[in-house]
Amino acid sequence: MRRLIYFVLAFIIWMLLTWQIDAQVIIAGLIVSAIVALLFHEILPKEHLVFISPIRMFWALVYVPVFFYYMLKANLDVVYRALHPKMPIKPGIVKIKTTLKTQSGITALANSITLTPGTLTVDLTDDGFLYIHWINVKSDDIEQASEFIARRFEWFLRKIFE
Amino acid sequence: MTDIIGYILIIIGILFDIFGCIGLVRFPDVYNRLQASTKCVTLGTIMLLVGVAVISGLGAISAKAVICAVFILITSPTAAHAIAKGAYASGVALWEKSVVDKYAEEEEK
Repeated sequence: MRRLIYFVLAFIIWMLLTWQIDAQVIIAGLIVSAIVALLFHEILPKEHLVFISPIRMFWALVYVPVFFYYMLKANLDVVYRALHPKMPIKPGIVKIKTTLKTQSGITALANSITLTPGTLTVDLTDDGFLYIHWINVKSDDIEQASEFIARRFEWFLRKIFE
Repeated sequence: MTDIIGYILIIIGILFDIFGCIGLVRFPDVYNRLQASTKCVTLGTIMLLVGVAVISGLGAISAKAVICAVFILITSPTAAHAIAKGAYASGVALWEKSVVDKYAEEEEK
């Protein structure tokens, strides 16, 4: 089942990339997608079937503009710090706790954290802690840091992934 | 009209790329540099690609551009995470003015 989903996804991406309907292109795409699906189907998350649900897709669509807003804010923040003559940075590595449980949810949270204001995921542990490099440390307490960094995404990601 | 929107997107994207590179040069250590390079360069490049897609209209070029944008959005933070973890594992120290390092405290335990 996972192989089939992966095969269909790979083939759709192949068709979008080549963007032409032609017997040779389609046959090549089928062969390549089949090989890829056989070899790499394990990278799809175990709980993949739950994603085929309109509610999750709706929240995923809502998440896109929210995410882009935070990303733009992050960029302006970094630009400000990079261009300011005194370079107002106060870096450090803090530890935060996430309430998300699924692997895909934690992955999405880690990636969201990396792309948004002043934070970069360095490592994560099996019991739900993340180590975050923070360019402007406001608090080194686990609870408070989690509040600052992760809460705003967790609400959305729980709706999408859990 | 679409041309103008596309060019504006491309110009903003290039500006973010430039600022990201300035940050890359000015920040003091690996981790801060990663911050600048991942954030600014990701958004800058995505805006460039979206600008290209807007100018060229629906077709082969815009499909490729949008797919590339999505891939960059997924892979760039993952790569940054891998570099940061690798740098830490190989013993690259934080900047001496860093305020806190919970990761080192955890390793010592």
